[in-house]
Amino acid sequence: MITALFSSVEAGLLYALMALGVYISFRVLDFPDLTVDGSFVTGAAVASVLIVGGVNPFIASLAALGAGFFAGCATGLLHTKGKINPLLSGILMMIALYSINLRIMDKPNVPLLQQETVMTIITKAFQRFDQALATIFPFVPKTWAIIVFGMFLVAVVKVVIDVFLKTEVGLALRAVGDNKKMIASFSGNTDRLTMIGLGLSNALVAFSGALIAQYSGFSDIGMGIGMIVIGLASVIIGEALFGAKTIVRATLAVIFGAIVYRIVITLALRVQFLETGDVKLITAMIVILALVVPQMVAARAEKQRKARKRGAAVASTQADYESV
Amino acid sequence: MLQLKQITKVFNEGTLDEKVALKHIELSLQPGDFVTIIGSNGAGKSTLMNIISGRLAPDTGEVVIDGKDVTTMSEHDRARYIGRVFQDPMAGTAPNMTIEENLAIAYNRTVKRTLRFGVTKKRREFFKETLATLQLGLENRLHAKVGLLSGGERQALSLLMATFTKPHVLLLDEHTAALDPARAKLITDLTKQIVETNRLTTLMVTHNMEQAVQLGNRLIMMDGGQIIFEASGEEKKKLTVASLLQEFQRIRGSQFASDRAVLV
Repeated sequence: MITALFSSVEAGLLYALMALGVYISFRVLDFPDLTVDGSFVTGAAVASVLIVGGVNPFIASLAALGAGFFAGCATGLLHTKGKINPLLSGILMMIALYSINLRIMDKPNVPLLQQETVMTIITKAFQRFDQALATIFPFVPKTWAIIVFGMFLVAVVKVVIDVFLKTEVGLALRAVGDNKKMIASFSGNTDRLTMIGLGLSNALVAFSGALIAQYSGFSDIGMGIGMIVIGLASVIIGEALFGAKTIVRATLAVIFGAIVYRIVITLALRVQFLETGDVKLITAMIVILALVVPQMVAARAEKQRKARKRGAAVASTQADYESV
Repeated sequence: MLQLKQITKVFNEGTLDEKVALKHIELSLQPGDFVTIIGSNGAGKSTLMNIISGRLAPDTGEVVIDGKDVTTMSEHDRARYIGRVFQDPMAGTAPNMTIEENLAIAYNRTVKRTLRFGVTKKRREFFKETLATLQLGLENRLHAKVGLLSGGERQALSLLMATFTKPHVLLLDEHTAALDPARAKLITDLTKQIVETNRLTTLMVTHNMEQAVQLGNRLIMMDGGQIIFEASGEEKKKLTVASLLQEFQRIRGSQFASDRAVLV
């Protein structure tokens, strides 16, 4: 049980990078970008193929990041220059990437089990530390390496995003999602900003895909299916649980959201009745609940507030009558 | 400062819905000119504003700003010369960003955006000073999200954002029309004050004839895509709402038709 939770936190941290990417497109740019399902695999594919080809896994992961950037820019190009609706641009790019990913991998599945990956390198570097920790903690996971590495990486990416969104370009990017007419009247090139934003978003998604491939030991053509919904689930759960008042808070919430999502899925799958194939259904249910429940809670509170007011009004009119 | 040469614009050309929005518009603004534009519905005022700002391209003719032909320049590139305030108080600001962030965005209208921080200590001081001139107390709410401000406050902020970087041309598109009378007066007074202190070359569309008569040193009346009446200098000073309406009837032989025009 503890081991299962431990690895869901590990995976959650790696998926958090993808969730941060979705946060940029979905929340900052207000662009529901479905490219994610494709670009996640693109990242995994590029990294895997390069690693198998003998390239340093860190460089391979960075190459995946670059590939994701281009995929995002392409979606942006379809939307801004091709004037295609945001959802459709994403879907078109997603479907195009399916074929491109197959071309990159040359087969539907690339195993990495015998390869040196970012994960194996980190784990090796952590051996000493792991042994030391094993003497302190009664609970012994396989390694602390991935969790520490994941935390470090996610923290760095989070801070970079937070800072970037406060720069002049970052402010303009946020304005594109908030009020396009306004930013255009202040010399902001909305087309270019949209492309940059989608590029950055998908760069993170592909980077996450590259790391997940190395973490799970393979890349697969189907590993991106429903990824956008997982990203949205992380963003929405995170915001609902931890708030999103400021950017700093929102990015933190998204990271926690990604981890909570993994934990929920892990716990759900321990229920006898549910099978591994049910994951997508559970994900959809979580997102629906996270979207609907806050509304219902708010509506209920509003109703109670009105009822209280009405009660007070009735009481005061009665008092008026009595005084007359 | 701003020159419009033979601007013509036709919508839906060659169809049953064809509409000639502007016919051979000639207009030249000297530095510091404050021109108010009035006209009945569909006179072409908004189209004219959109052509100057670059949202629309004219079919024929040229737009020249500061001696530079900007006719084919994109809207965002042209914005380096132009400050704009829209009719909708929500249109000129980003609601989910703070007051200081909005000002930082406006600050970059004339300066290329970089990866430096948008709000620095130095700029924050500058923003505070600038906001204080509005006398609305906004300088104490730099971190408030703009969406929390009232319509009047938002429009005042929009006006400030469009003008504190001293645009070559300021375009005001019925920017007081969506406000209640008290707020409209506030924005009108602010407009007057800001335009005068900065000596901005300004073009203001309005439905409020009183406002058109009071503000500015020139007045233009449009109808059917043409400029039908123009007054400046002493002649403009003597204008009243009644004399304007008379003028319109004399020229067009019909009543001034605008369901939104405020006559008094």
